[in-house]
Amino acid sequence: MALDKNAPETRSFKVVGSRPLRPDGIDKVTGRARFGADMSAPGMLIGHILRSPHAHARIRAIDTSKAEALAGVKAVVTRADFAAAPEGMEDVLDNCMAGEKALYDGHAVAAIAATSAAIARQAAKLIEVDYEVLPHVTDVDAAMAPGAPALHDGRSDETVPDGYSANVMSRVEYGHGDIEAGLAKADRVLERSYKTAATHQGYIEPHACLATMGPDGQADLWCCTQGHYMVRNTCAALLGMDQGQLRVTASEIGGGFGGKTTVFIEPVALALARKAGRPVKIVMDRTEVLRATGPTASSSIDVRIGMTKDGRITAADAELRYQGGAYPGSPVGMGSMSAFAPYDLENVRTIGYDVVTNRPKQAAYRAPGAPMAAFAVESAIDELAKGFGLDPLDVRLKNAAREGTRSSYGPTFPAIGLEATLRAAKDHPHWSAPLGPNQGRGVACGFWFNFGGDTCVTLNVTPDGTVTVTEGNPDIGGSRASMSMMAAEELGIPYEKVRTVIADTGALGQNEVTDGSRVTFAVGLATIEAARAAKREMCARVAKIWGIDEEAVIWEDGAAKPAGPNAGDYPPMTLAEIAAIASNTGGPIAGHHEVNAEGAGVSFATHIADTEVDPDTGATRIVRYTVIQDAGKAVHPAYVEGQFQGGAVQGIGWALNEEYIYGADGILQNPGFLDYRIPVASDLPMIDTVILEIPNPGHPYGVRGVGETSIVPPLAAVANSVSAATGVRMTDLPMSPPKVLAAVQGQQEG
Amino acid sequence: MKYEAPSTIDDAIALLADAQAAASVLSGGTDLLVRMRADMAAPGAIVDIKRIPALNEITETADGWRIGAAVPSAVMSEHDGLARDWPGVVEAAALIGSTQVQGRATLAGNLCNASPAADSVPAMVAASAKVEIAGPGGTRTVPVEEIPTGPGKTSLAAGEFVTAILLPKRAALSGDAYLRFIPRTEMDIAVAGCGIALSLDDTGTCQSARVALGAVGPTVILAADAASALIGTKLDDAALEALAAACSAAATPIDDKRGTAAYRKHVIGVLAKRAAKIAYARAGETA
Amino acid sequence: MSQIHVTTRLNGDETEFLCDAQETLLDVLRNRLGLTGAKEGCGTGDCGACSVTVDGRLVCSCLMLGAEAVGREIETVENMADGETLHPLQRKFLEHAALQCGICTPGILVAAKSLLEQNPSPTEEEARYWLAGNLCRCTGYDKIIRAVMDAAEEMRRAS
Repeated sequence: MALDKNAPETRSFKVVGSRPLRPDGIDKVTGRARFGADMSAPGMLIGHILRSPHAHARIRAIDTSKAEALAGVKAVVTRADFAAAPEGMEDVLDNCMAGEKALYDGHAVAAIAATSAAIARQAAKLIEVDYEVLPHVTDVDAAMAPGAPALHDGRSDETVPDGYSANVMSRVEYGHGDIEAGLAKADRVLERSYKTAATHQGYIEPHACLATMGPDGQADLWCCTQGHYMVRNTCAALLGMDQGQLRVTASEIGGGFGGKTTVFIEPVALALARKAGRPVKIVMDRTEVLRATGPTASSSIDVRIGMTKDGRITAADAELRYQGGAYPGSPVGMGSMSAFAPYDLENVRTIGYDVVTNRPKQAAYRAPGAPMAAFAVESAIDELAKGFGLDPLDVRLKNAAREGTRSSYGPTFPAIGLEATLRAAKDHPHWSAPLGPNQGRGVACGFWFNFGGDTCVTLNVTPDGTVTVTEGNPDIGGSRASMSMMAAEELGIPYEKVRTVIADTGALGQNEVTDGSRVTFAVGLATIEAARAAKREMCARVAKIWGIDEEAVIWEDGAAKPAGPNAGDYPPMTLAEIAAIASNTGGPIAGHHEVNAEGAGVSFATHIADTEVDPDTGATRIVRYTVIQDAGKAVHPAYVEGQFQGGAVQGIGWALNEEYIYGADGILQNPGFLDYRIPVASDLPMIDTVILEIPNPGHPYGVRGVGETSIVPPLAAVANSVSAATGVRMTDLPMSPPKVLAAVQGQQEG
Repeated sequence: MKYEAPSTIDDAIALLADAQAAASVLSGGTDLLVRMRADMAAPGAIVDIKRIPALNEITETADGWRIGAAVPSAVMSEHDGLARDWPGVVEAAALIGSTQVQGRATLAGNLCNASPAADSVPAMVAASAKVEIAGPGGTRTVPVEEIPTGPGKTSLAAGEFVTAILLPKRAALSGDAYLRFIPRTEMDIAVAGCGIALSLDDTGTCQSARVALGAVGPTVILAADAASALIGTKLDDAALEALAAACSAAATPIDDKRGTAAYRKHVIGVLAKRAAKIAYARAGETA
Repeated sequence: MSQIHVTTRLNGDETEFLCDAQETLLDVLRNRLGLTGAKEGCGTGDCGACSVTVDGRLVCSCLMLGAEAVGREIETVENMADGETLHPLQRKFLEHAALQCGICTPGILVAAKSLLEQNPSPTEEEARYWLAGNLCRCTGYDKIIRAVMDAAEEMRRAS
C-alpha cells in the first residue's frame, strides 16, 4: 500500500482548503462552551493570592495566623508549603510563590482557600508580611548599567563580558562574514537606536483553574492553558508528585498568544487543595493578569546597516537588549536569530543580551522576540531605501532570502515564500492606491521559525463508521476543525463524519504545548499519519476478507478497492462497511501516531500599512492594512485569514498604544483594560489578507505554521507609515499621540 | 454592606443622613462598583436611587430641561428634544465609556464621581447647567462647577445627593459642543476635554461664550479669558488662535499615564478651536 | 450578613435568588444561577464579555448589583437561540469564522443583537463604534464586523 509519501503533493484536495463550520462553534455562540472559570466542584473552596505591593523587597517574615483564624478560611500557603524545586524549575516555582524576595509589583507571596471569595479576600488583608523594601529597576538599559540594583547576584553566565551589572544574565551572538569590511563597501551606513515597550498578550480570559487532590495523592486539575501536558509535568515537579498521578484537563481556552504556556496559579491551587483536602478554584482578575503574568520583553536595539546606492545591503549588525522581567529567559535569542532572517547577507551579526528587571517574568508572546527586532531592522532598511530614493519593496527584493540562502542564524533555507510575498505586495492594488493628506504608507517584512515537537494523535473508527480524532493540544483558534479536515481528507470521508476532541493527560502520551505555530503542522502531520495507519489496518482487514494480498488493496475515495491483478474483482468496501464488521475481522480499528515532529517550515510575510496622522494632536489612524503571508497550505482558509488579521492587529496595538507604564516607585500604573489600551473595533479598518501557498516540504500537505509571523511586520510597517505621513522617523514604540506630536513639533522647530 | 432602594427622595435622604451607615449613592454604578472592586470604596450601605420615579425622567420645564439623576446617557441620546437643544451636553454624556456603560452611566454620577476627566462636566459647565440637591436641610440649587472640589471630592454635605441636572432654555442663535482627546477612538478616559457654549447676534458675531476645560486641572476650569477671546468675533482665525492660547494658559495639567502636561496644554487649545467651530455652526443653525 | 431575596425575570422565566449586597449580577448569573455564558474579562466594564440586557438595554453585568435586578427583565446569551434554531447572528458568526477562542463571543453576540434591535441598518462605522466596548484579542474584528453586517442584511430581508 503506497500511502507513505511524505513530500508535498501537487494534488487537488477535497476537504482541505474548504471552509466548514467548526465543531466547537455551536457551544461557543450559545454560551455553553466551558472555559477555565466555568467549572465548579462539590465542596469547592475559592482561592485568592496575596501579592507584593513592592517592586523589590526582601520578605523577612510572613505571619498568616490571623488569616488562618478567620472563620471560613480552610488553608493558607506560602513558599514554606513547597519543597525545593527540582533543578531547572527554581524560577518557575519562585515566580508562582515568592521565596526570599518579592521581585516585582504583583509577585505572589501567599494564598488562601476559603468558603467564599469575599472571605478569601478578607483573609488576605489579615496576612502580615514584613518587607524590607529594596531599590528597584525596570528599564532595560538602566538595569544593565554597573551599579544598578541587582535582582539576583552571581547568576550571570560566562558569556557576559565585564562592564555590565549582575542583571545581565547571558549574551548570544549569531552571524557570519566580516561586518566592518562589509560596511566599508557601503555608500551609506545608517546607525540608529530603537526602543519598544513591554506589551501583554491581552487574552480576554484571565487565568483560571480548579484543583482537586485526595489523601492518596491522586489529583485532578482543570485549567485554561496552551499545554496541559506541560502543566502536568510542571505541577507534578513542583508538588513532588508522579506525573501519572496528576490528570490535567484543558478547558476551552479564551486566548493565550503564548501567555498560557507556563504555570502561575495551578501549583498554588494544588497546594491549597492538598492542604485543605477540598477542591480549590482560583480565578485571576484582570489586575492580576497584567501585574503578574507574562508580558513580553521590552527592548532597546542598536542597528548598523550598510547599503549601496542601488539598494544592496553590504553588512548588517545589531545589538539587542531585552529585559524579560524578574528571571532569566527573555526571548532575545529568538530576536537575534530572526532579526535579519528575511535577507540574503554576506556580512551579518546580531548580539543579544538577556537582562532581568523588577517586572513580571515575561512569557512567550506570538513570535517571541521577533517583532521588536523586525521593528528595528525594517525601520532601518526603510530609512536607507527612502534616503536613496528607492522603492522599499525593490530594496527588499534585491536582498531577499531565497531557497539556498544561508540564513543569518545558520541554517540554509529550503523553498521559502518571502520573494513571493514581496511580489504579491508590489502587484496588490493597495501598493499603488493614492494617499490623502497627512497619510503615509509603510511596508515591512517578517519572519518566524515555526515549531514541531512531541505530538500524539489517536484516530478511532467507531462501529457505525464515524471517526474520532483524539489529540492533546488545546484548540486556541479552530484547530479541531483543521484536524477533522485533514483526517477526512486522508480517509476520503465527509468532514461531518469526523469529530476531533482534546484529550486529558491520561489519554495520550506527551504533547508539546500549543505554541510555535506548531499545531496545524505537527498535530496535522500526526493526524494524517494516524489516518494512514487506520487505512493500512482497514486494507489489511479487507485483504483478509477477500483472501488477497494486503498490497493488492488500495484506499480510494473512502473505500478499500482491489488493485493490480485483482482490480475490479470485488466491489469496494467503504469505511462504514469495514467498521460494521470490524469485530469479526480482528476487533476495533484505530490508527495512532506518536512523533517528535520535524520539518516545520519557516514562514514569511509582507505587510502594507496606511496611516493618517493628525498633525495637531499626534493621533494616528490606521486607514488601510494588507497582510500577505505564505501559509504553505491553508487547511481552513478562514482561520488562516483570522490568524493573519489577529496578529496584524496585535502588532498595530503594540505600535500605537499598548505599553506597560511603571511609576518611579516601580508600581505598574495601568493594570487594566482602561489604560492598557488594546485596539477596539472602532480603531480599525478591515484587514485585507492574501494567502500564498508555497508548500512546506516537511509536511504531507505542505502546511507551515501561520499563527505567529503575522505579528512580526506590523510594528515596523506602521512606524514606516507614520514616518512617511509625518516626515519624522519614529524609533520609539508605542507611537502614542504625545510622542508623535512631539516629533512633529520638533521637526517644525528644527 | 446593606443595599437599599428607596422609592422617595425623603427616604433616600434619611438613609444617606444616617452617619453610622456610611452610605453611598448608587445611580448608574459604573464608577462606584469599579471603586468597590478595587477596594477604593467600602460603603456600609448602598442607596440605589433608581427606584425613585422622578429621578428617571427627562422633562422640559418653563426654565429649560430637568434631567433626573438616574437617567442614563443612552436615554438622553434617544431624547430628540434634549439632543436638539443641548447637543454638546448629550454628546459628552454619550462619550462616557462603552455602549454598555452608557446604558447605566448618568450625568449626576459623572459629576459626583468628581474625576477631573469626567466628559460631561465641561459640557454642563459650558451650558450653564445647575444641579438640584436634596438633603436633610431641604433642596438647593447650585451651578455644576461648584460640585467638584478636587479629584474624588465634592461640596455635597452629609446626607445630600443630586436629584437632577438643570439645563437652561436654549436661546436663539446659540449652540454648544464638547470634544475630548483620547488615544484610541473609544473606551479611554479624556486626556483633555473642552466644552463650549456660545450665542451670536444676528450678524453672526459672538455675543456670549462659556469655555470649560476638563482633565487639565484638579477640577473643571471655566476659562474666562478663553470666552473673551471669542466674544465680539466671528471666530476668525485670529480669534481661534487667541482662544487656543487662552485655553493653554488656563490649563494646569499634570503628567500621568494618559498624557504629559505639555501635551495636554497643547491639545486643549486644539480641542477648543475645533469645539468652538462646531458650536458656532450650531448657533447659526438655530436662527 | 443577611442575604437579599431577589425575584426577577431571567430569559423569560420568573427567577428567584438570594445574594449578598455586594455581589454583581455577573456573580449571580455565573455562581448562583449556573449561567456561565457571560464571562468576566475585566470586572470593570472595559471589555464587554459580561454583556447582558436589562429591560432591553445593553449593560455590563459586572457593573450592576444582583440586588438591582428586582422586577427587571434580564436576557443573556443563553436565550439567544430559539431552541435548536440559532439566531441569525449566531449562525453568521459561525459561517464567517468570526470567533477564534470564543471567550468574547457571547458578549459580542448580545451587544450586536442589541445594536440590530436599535438600528437594523447600521453602517460599518456604526457597528464598530457600538461594539467598541467589546474587546476581542483574536480576530482583529474584521470577521466579526462582516458577520454582524451580513446578519443585519439577512434579518432585514426576512422582516
